[in-house]
Amino acid sequence: MKLTFALMDPPFESERTTTFFRLLALAATRGYEVNVFAYEGAVHLAFDRQKPHGNSVHGTDVPTENHPLPKDWLQELMTLAQQHGGRIDWVNCGLCVDERGVNEAVEGTRRGSPGDFWKMAQASANVLTIGTR
Amino acid sequence: MKVLQIVESAYRGTLEEQDDTIVWLTHCLQAAGAEQSVLLKDNAVNYVLTGEDSSGLSFGRWQQTHPPQIASQIAALISKNVSVNVVYEDLEARGLVDVARVAGVNLVARRNLPQLLEEHDQVWHW
Repeated sequence: MKLTFALMDPPFESERTTTFFRLLALAATRGYEVNVFAYEGAVHLAFDRQKPHGNSVHGTDVPTENHPLPKDWLQELMTLAQQHGGRIDWVNCGLCVDERGVNEAVEGTRRGSPGDFWKMAQASANVLTIGTR
Repeated sequence: MKVLQIVESAYRGTLEEQDDTIVWLTHCLQAAGAEQSVLLKDNAVNYVLTGEDSSGLSFGRWQQTHPPQIASQIAALISKNVSVNVVYEDLEARGLVDVARVAGVNLVARRNLPQLLEEHDQVWHW
């Protein structure tokens, strides 16, 4: 079965992002073919130059803080999906990428357009849109 | 200059940031010499509850090893002599008045908020 998600929130701004990844994880472990259309700020999620940091307020160095990076979550879930017989086709809105200058996306993702989103939606059993609030 | 930090937008990226961004900022500003108080309102009143546990998040092989502990961060602010206040009615509306919370938190009735705001030179509403 194919599912399509579209989301808009950038990383580190809303719990919707984590909730989205949890839904994605569930779909991945069930072997679904999952399409994702990362729109507007969500194109930052796959940006390859995200870097972890320590945290002086927490008193932690970089390894101890183990700061979450959405690009790492995404790569883990793409692997997880493959292990369960499914796949994640992650499409970053190309214009959204350009206007933000986040062209360096992690391997396994691709650039696309709203037209790709429409094709994915048409081929899916259902679509969940997670808009910015 | 004394600043009142009003935190209203709660749980905004807290699992990713591993803390609340304004509580974190308040710690940093305190270290920089700022004189501050905190007012938690609306959903942010939940930050003073000690029984929260946000551990266990994982994606594939990635596991969160340093989850947010916001109540501890609130307690740490109090230990730095930052006054932390909570709007009583917001706590009451959520049925949280009798739930265990961080020691030293002040409950402020909504009718007394003008007085609290008057005690500060600037009010930063997040």
